[in-house]
Amino acid sequence: MEASRENSIEAHGLVREFKKGPRAVDGIDLRVDPGEIYGFLGPNGAGKSTTVHMLTTLLPPTAGTATVAGYDVVTEGPKVRKAIGAALQEAALDPFLTGREHLRLQTTMHGITGEERRERSDELLTRVGLTEAADRKVKGYSGGMKRRLDLALALVHRPRILFLDEPTTGLDVQSRTALWVEVGRLAKEEGVTVFLTTQYLEEADVLADRVGIIDHGRIVAEGTPEKLKAEIACSTVEAVPADPDQRGAVVSVLERFGEQTTGYGPGSIAVQLTSPNGNLAEIVRALDAGGVVLSQLQIHEPTLDDVFLAKTGRHLEGSGGDEEEDVEQELEPARA
Amino acid sequence: MTDAISVARGVSWRVLHTFFTNKAFLLPSVAFPLFFFTAFVGGLSRITQVPGFDFPAGYTAFQFVFVLLQSAAFAGVFTGFGIARDFESGFMRRLMLAAPNRSGILLGYVFSALIRWATVAAVVTIVALLAQMKIGGNGVDLFGLYALALLLNLAGTLWATGVAMRLRTQQAAPVMQMPVFLLLFFAPVYVPLNLLQGWIHGVASVNPITALLEAGRGFISGSPELALAAFAIGVGLIVGFGAWAVRGLRRAEAAG
Amino acid sequence: MSATALVQTAALGKRAVVRTARQPANVVFPLVFPMLLLAVNAGGLKAETRLPGFPTNSFLAFALAVPFVQGALIATINANVEFARDIQTGFLNRLALTPVRGIVLLVGQLGGLLTIAVAQAIFYLAVGVAFGVHLQSGFGGAVMLLLLEACIALAFASLGSWAALRTGSTEAVQGLFPVFFVFLFLSSMNIPRNLIQADWFRWVATVNPVSYLIEAVRALVITGWDWQTIGLGFAVAGGLSIFGFALATHALWNRLERT
Repeated sequence: MEASRENSIEAHGLVREFKKGPRAVDGIDLRVDPGEIYGFLGPNGAGKSTTVHMLTTLLPPTAGTATVAGYDVVTEGPKVRKAIGAALQEAALDPFLTGREHLRLQTTMHGITGEERRERSDELLTRVGLTEAADRKVKGYSGGMKRRLDLALALVHRPRILFLDEPTTGLDVQSRTALWVEVGRLAKEEGVTVFLTTQYLEEADVLADRVGIIDHGRIVAEGTPEKLKAEIACSTVEAVPADPDQRGAVVSVLERFGEQTTGYGPGSIAVQLTSPNGNLAEIVRALDAGGVVLSQLQIHEPTLDDVFLAKTGRHLEGSGGDEEEDVEQELEPARA
Repeated sequence: MTDAISVARGVSWRVLHTFFTNKAFLLPSVAFPLFFFTAFVGGLSRITQVPGFDFPAGYTAFQFVFVLLQSAAFAGVFTGFGIARDFESGFMRRLMLAAPNRSGILLGYVFSALIRWATVAAVVTIVALLAQMKIGGNGVDLFGLYALALLLNLAGTLWATGVAMRLRTQQAAPVMQMPVFLLLFFAPVYVPLNLLQGWIHGVASVNPITALLEAGRGFISGSPELALAAFAIGVGLIVGFGAWAVRGLRRAEAAG
Repeated sequence: MSATALVQTAALGKRAVVRTARQPANVVFPLVFPMLLLAVNAGGLKAETRLPGFPTNSFLAFALAVPFVQGALIATINANVEFARDIQTGFLNRLALTPVRGIVLLVGQLGGLLTIAVAQAIFYLAVGVAFGVHLQSGFGGAVMLLLLEACIALAFASLGSWAALRTGSTEAVQGLFPVFFVFLFLSSMNIPRNLIQADWFRWVATVNPVSYLIEAVRALVITGWDWQTIGLGFAVAGGLSIFGFALATHALWNRLERT
């Protein structure tokens, strides 16, 4: 096997159709290079998990081909499973077993026994910060602890490729950040290839070397986060009139600088600027000239949500101002 | 009082709507008593040949009375399961918030249990009649039999409601069910009291359900005995478990 | 089966046992409920021993066979509800992502359940002996009884596993309990078949396989080495096991549609 293919993932025309259902995955082509973190971003129901299930051999594709670690996912399932680790969407744990017992079971399933099993379990428990909680039943674990144990279980056999299906959904900020650090370390220090699905823009932005955006089973955009955002280039201006009656006036001024867009705060008017270097000062002058009083004015740098919007005409579910990189400029409720 | 009745109507409508439109609730409630009736009458009718077994209306009627009382008690227990389910789903909190008179909630569950049992009793009675059950008693006797079962239904409901209001989890199901099951089966289920021997005779003799069962069998065979005592026991159970249920409701209110 | 597969099977079986042992309701109920029903029936139906042709003077000894079958049923339901939960929560997928063979997943699950059923059977036997039941087949009969219990448990367990794998629903597996219960009550559990008066009930009990399981256990307790009855019990349990195992294996194949 070529060395370069040992840690890579490739798919060509991958399709999965369910009985009496839609095409969950509709002809996906992708390539993930060794040691790369690939973020698979999309809203709920876009086909992310179905893709992961096919790539991890849990679900045969209806059409198309895929190789993981150089092995065909259809004809060489056992070899693929030996090479990969996976933490699927549900932190599938037995509430009545302890963390250590989970590791013991998982290592046994991978044929790791004796001293090696003990050492590996201890090492992983330390790495995910569960040494103290190792002998407690999982039903007493927090969501973050369960996710960390889930990650440890996926790593027991030192996989070359790691699949993480929405690993941080439902986690608090601290747990999410800790998981990101560990995933980043795995890729950078151990050369593990990571295929990460997420519906969080920030997660894909921070963690992924490259991002594939999926919608309705198709990849609609792919590239590094910077490249994708650069394609959009233009910022968005969001303004909130102090007097709701002046809404029309604000719209007419702002529309001179770009096209109105949605998905921002209640009562606000947002316009995606047509010029890559939108001039805030010029906008402020125009608003002032129009006699408009604003309570708030912000300029948003392009985000992956803007990329998604540009490609699909819709915003990603759950994407909002709190997940975006904002250049915020609060104004006094006076004349701009 | 108007408030309580209005709340009770709303609660019982919702419980009965769930019961009658959901096969998972309706079928077991009807099927289990029928099944016990079939299994006991079909499998054990030879037992009437045991010397000393003297019941003029026959084994079908003998078991019918047990099954009628059992269905009455269990309609109450199943209602308790529903209350526990409502606590777990948070629906009870909605009811508590909305009800101007919370005693109406209790009343609503009790009324719905009564309708549930009446439905089951009608089916069991029809099946028993189709199975050519002999009835020795007259209309008044039969009214007495169904009135006794009704008292047991109320008592069973109030017992299970009290448990559900205190524990507020579906895991409390065995706590509601097991005592009722034991009371019912530590009575003369298969043979008359005089044919029971040893410890079971002792237990059955002091078991309040025995009085209801014997009186019910007296009604159906047309020779009612100790009916007044059975009714007194039935009313006593209702008073006792009524207080238990009301205090349970207050505890649930206090728990928030 | 390779050594690795054996170790994996043992690990999965151990997990099933540990999981049950850590849920007090799943330990206490299968032990207590059959004993309660035994007490109720042994007391309430004692008069039956006065029927001409009744095979023993002790109704307790006669009825002791029932908990063995009933306990296997309850253990089956409890264990397979957990199995269905494994499917619902994705735990089975986690195991499926390891190199472990599919059949090991099933055999491990069944092995754990068998262990639980046999442990329960030892308890029922001890209670019976403590209350004066004399095993007519002696110590060897007790060993044979536990073997038979393992076969009975395997029969129910494989059918339960089939339901769990086919539906992946805890409710569906719980729904099996009334079905099993019906089979139990429409058998010769409370009266010998030849003494059943109603023709239709006797016919139902005769075609009901559960009657033969109960009668085989009962033979070991009240008759002794009645090879014909015991053999029939083993044959029925074995047949149901093969049938159930085939169904469960097929369902597992479909469930783990992995490549």
